[in-house]
Amino acid sequence: MTTGMLLIGLAGVLASAGPLVFAAIGEAITERAGITNLSMNGLILLSAMGGFATALATKSVVMGFLAGAAIGGAVSAIVAFSSITLKQSQVAVGFVLALLCRDLSYFLGNPIMGMPGPRLSIAPIPGLRDIPMLGVLFFRQDVMTYASFALIAAAGLYINKTRPGLVLRGLGEKPAAAYARGANVSRLRYFYTIAGGALAGLAGPMYSLSIKAGWKGTITGLDGMGWIALAITIFGGWSPFKVALGAYLFAFLQWLGLVLQSAWPSVPSQVLQVAPFPLMILTLLFVNMGNAEWVETSLAKLPEKPRRVVAKALRAINVKPPAALGTPFEKD
Amino acid sequence: MLRHSMPSSRGTKALFQFGAVILALVLATLVLIATGAPPFAAYGSIVKGAVGSWGVASDTVVAWVPLLLVTAGLLVTFTVGLWNIGIEGQITLGAIFATWALRSLDGGQVDPGLAITIAFAAGMAGGALWAMLVGALKTFGGVNEIFGGLGLNYVATALNIWLIFGPWKRPGIASMSGTLPFDKAYWLPTVNEQSRLAPVALIVAIVAIVLIFLLIQGTYFGLKLKAVGKNPKAAFLLGIPTWQYLMASFAICGALAGLAGAVQVTAVYHRLIPSISSGYGYLGLMVAMLVGYSAVWAAPVALFFAALNVGAIQLPITLKLDSSLSGVIQGTLVLFVILAEGLRGRIMGKKGRAGS
Amino acid sequence: MQIELRDIHKTFGPVHANAGISLIVESASILGILGENGAGKSTLMKILSGFQDPDQGSILLDGKAEAIRSPADAIRLGIGMLHQDPLDFPPLKLVDDVILGSPGPLRPDRRKTVLQMRELSGRFGFDLEPDSYVDTLTVGERQQLEILRLLWMGARVLILDEPTTGISLPQKEKLFATIKKLASEGMTVLFVSHKLEDVQALCDRAVVLRQGVLVGGQEKPFDTKALVGLMFGKELPKSERAKVEAGATVLSTRNLCLDSIRLQIQGLDFSVCSGETIGLAGMEGSGQALFLSACAGLERAVSGCVSLGERDMTRSSHHDFKRRGVAYLPAARLEDGLVPGLSLSDHFVLAEGSRGPGASRALFIDRKKAAERAAARIASYNIKGRPESPVESLSGGNQQRALLALLREELLLILVEHPTRGLDIESTAYIWGKLKERCAKGAAIVFISSDLDEILQYSDRVLVFFSGRVSPPLDAESFGVEELGRLIGGSGWERFDTAETQHSSQAERGAVHA
Repeated sequence: MTTGMLLIGLAGVLASAGPLVFAAIGEAITERAGITNLSMNGLILLSAMGGFATALATKSVVMGFLAGAAIGGAVSAIVAFSSITLKQSQVAVGFVLALLCRDLSYFLGNPIMGMPGPRLSIAPIPGLRDIPMLGVLFFRQDVMTYASFALIAAAGLYINKTRPGLVLRGLGEKPAAAYARGANVSRLRYFYTIAGGALAGLAGPMYSLSIKAGWKGTITGLDGMGWIALAITIFGGWSPFKVALGAYLFAFLQWLGLVLQSAWPSVPSQVLQVAPFPLMILTLLFVNMGNAEWVETSLAKLPEKPRRVVAKALRAINVKPPAALGTPFEKD
Repeated sequence: MLRHSMPSSRGTKALFQFGAVILALVLATLVLIATGAPPFAAYGSIVKGAVGSWGVASDTVVAWVPLLLVTAGLLVTFTVGLWNIGIEGQITLGAIFATWALRSLDGGQVDPGLAITIAFAAGMAGGALWAMLVGALKTFGGVNEIFGGLGLNYVATALNIWLIFGPWKRPGIASMSGTLPFDKAYWLPTVNEQSRLAPVALIVAIVAIVLIFLLIQGTYFGLKLKAVGKNPKAAFLLGIPTWQYLMASFAICGALAGLAGAVQVTAVYHRLIPSISSGYGYLGLMVAMLVGYSAVWAAPVALFFAALNVGAIQLPITLKLDSSLSGVIQGTLVLFVILAEGLRGRIMGKKGRAGS
Repeated sequence: MQIELRDIHKTFGPVHANAGISLIVESASILGILGENGAGKSTLMKILSGFQDPDQGSILLDGKAEAIRSPADAIRLGIGMLHQDPLDFPPLKLVDDVILGSPGPLRPDRRKTVLQMRELSGRFGFDLEPDSYVDTLTVGERQQLEILRLLWMGARVLILDEPTTGISLPQKEKLFATIKKLASEGMTVLFVSHKLEDVQALCDRAVVLRQGVLVGGQEKPFDTKALVGLMFGKELPKSERAKVEAGATVLSTRNLCLDSIRLQIQGLDFSVCSGETIGLAGMEGSGQALFLSACAGLERAVSGCVSLGERDMTRSSHHDFKRRGVAYLPAARLEDGLVPGLSLSDHFVLAEGSRGPGASRALFIDRKKAAERAAARIASYNIKGRPESPVESLSGGNQQRALLALLREELLLILVEHPTRGLDIESTAYIWGKLKERCAKGAAIVFISSDLDEILQYSDRVLVFFSGRVSPPLDAESFGVEELGRLIGGSGWERFDTAETQHSSQAERGAVHA
């Protein structure tokens, strides 16, 4: 494979990871606020279908993306209402919505299956496009891929460098303390759940209006991306930069699968296609290792010096979820 | 603070659930109208597609069998407070183990009855193993059973596909239609030539749900499961070894899921196919959620869901609608029941406080 | 800022937590608020800091009536509260923790805040590095951080809720120096505590709450005896106590060391004999619950050993303890001891199922028999409920009776956390009647209680806990409420320093009474 082909391939990886970046960062924001939005898989499918349908009807790609975001926000609003106001299990409502939205997308999308529609076009940035190597990689993408790059920076900046971002972090860690500092915990949780959902709602149209344009029903290949996004959120320790890294890693593994296909024709294509999924999710075991009780007790038994070293190593690879994730907040 | 006496709170719960069902059907109807499809024609088509003829009726029961088995298993894990999302992978592993057993016996002169029994046992073992893996990840690895289950689902799918396209592929070209069918002798006998309904499978499923009902409601084991599910701290102080009960419930659920996989392989498809679990796992989760994890209603609701699925198969043909309408109805039902329960808690809670 | 609380009332269900409390605190002064657990101190402070609304009454700041509906209001008015467990954010940096929730521009100026933090730290002698993480701090340092934050936010009133639990002596001295300095600069300080010594050392004035009522107050210099009297009430005439023949040692600990986030227990030697009742006295969080859990195998010892009779049980699980005849009754009856959603009959079935070797090995529950047995137990323990009643529908007293009824017949040792908390006199007497029945049969009882009268009336010997320090066993007959009250408040411990060495050797020789 020539360098040129490699670069184009990698540029494709960056583009195909775009939806995952939106979805995983959106979920990271929601979970930082303390809510788990398990509906991600269905949400993405529904917003992909809805975005495509809207774009088809209005002949406008912009409207398609807006519709996707709106759908994402609406579905997340249901999750928020059930979790925050009704205090029902977040897993239950998220899981049901994941299946329901998926079936809704197939059902409502049936009439438009296979129809050609508007596509997002590549928008190379003049000047930057001609930089050797980097130009091909970064600056010959479509608008939404640029947006995904920007999102990583924006989300990172928001969470780490702004006042409201600090409050967001507090919400998921110790809502009681955030409340004591004057934050309206419920209202903020609603906001971040819907906002995170709207961001994830942009992932669907990125797929159906750009990467694999059109709506192809069950063969779309989008099914499963939501679960991966959820896993990447954990893998990336709820931090936008690491989460994006996880998204790129996954997209890279998928691309690698395609490449190796031609190198190893004996291996069934489906295996290589499916392989990145379990690989990603099984790394959760690795990064979650530090949280297990037996690890903590064996750690306590070590003498002082080695314990410090191991603890430091564990801290580096370990991800601790926001302490209040999934638990409802009682003002009491 | 004294609760309301039993009868009236059960009454309000039923009222809210009934309201939820009505609202769900209304919403589904609205969705249909919004897409320009005639709602009553669609419902009629589903009904006809599910029970309109002996053929489709038997298909409905064929779909009911694995769903009922899976739901029965899930009732156990829900009782102990677990979300066994890995159920799909457990079905797949059961199917794989059963296939492996039959392939090993194929060609030999083993009595068919014995062979199928071995296949069933192998299926249960495979499913139980896969489920206990999720349990081990949770107990020793600190991995939430939702993500552990999801991950293992994907591993199971990958394993399945690799087997079908690799070591177990059909001679010549590997095909999406699965492995080579088993020797006819090892096919579970069906009602008649046209139907895929095997009376043995149906009996197994019914026996399973009855056994699970008795287990949960009538045995010491079942009571202890309930205690662990409702208050693990108190259960521990009462002397129950909680992690053992968690693992045991994974094993039971996995075994039933594996049995469902084995049934699909021996009775319905007579071979291993790529989508052997067919979404029955997730559907079972929905049934369990809808019946509030109580075994009494599991069988009829599972039958209803199976009927929806089978009935909807006709929709593309009769009305050019996608068959996922059944999923829409099922999902809306469960969603509204969850919301209704939440609303009831909120409204009744406020009333209770005002009164006391 | 002058604070006036006028006729504050707050009820939680049947409990009248604050019953018409009125007090005035002047600016530039330190007021101590004393009282037992459950006296109403926390509720009052929660009202002042916006976490609770009073049912009745008003709050005036500098003579002006203010509505404090939420913590945000309180912050705005300049009222800052240091909670007993500081409400901070462990994974954040110190500077971020301080900034969180403060008003200001979108991009906080971290550099400026760091400088301000360093300046404040220097002024009060704190050693806080703004770029370090909150979860690396000790409890005392987290308090310092919180005080720093409240000062940085411009608090003019500082409420401190039991701040000296779990901090070292040098940290406490630094804290007191800080508070005195702040008061001299105009801060109004409310110091809530049960520790007499601290209040006497720090405060200008002290008031005492008891059962929701303000029962009295004093100015500096303080009369300890009077304060204790106000806090704990008068001496009750001692009731006749049955002399119990103490038998063999049931449980003993040697050099037991226990560790929790807030405190440590070092080198505890303890033993209890069959037929004996030992009461663990002290304010909540002084170590009694930790110790009791260790006696049940629920808490792992850092070092030392726990033995049942001759058998070393230090590494054993709680279920091993259970099998050998140890029972543990938690304080949170519904949260920890019973299973909401299951009926009384179900609980009896569960308890019976795990009884000793003679347990029923049948597969199916005989519901009729279970209901009969349950009915029998309900009758013999006088529980107001039916076999099919869900346990969450029982009143507190009946839940406690149920917990007792779940115990095996033959028990070696019963460990109870707060056996009669929240119960009326009748239930209290009944519960103790049942417990003493078991003593007569040879069981030993170790119990925790915040009620000194209960401790003195039912124990043979008493251990007092204070910040992880444990007194040697004290003879309940020869001690009075006042003396115990002092010990609980932290004063009078010096007498044990020389006597302690005598006591540990006595305990080793197996002597029973002090």
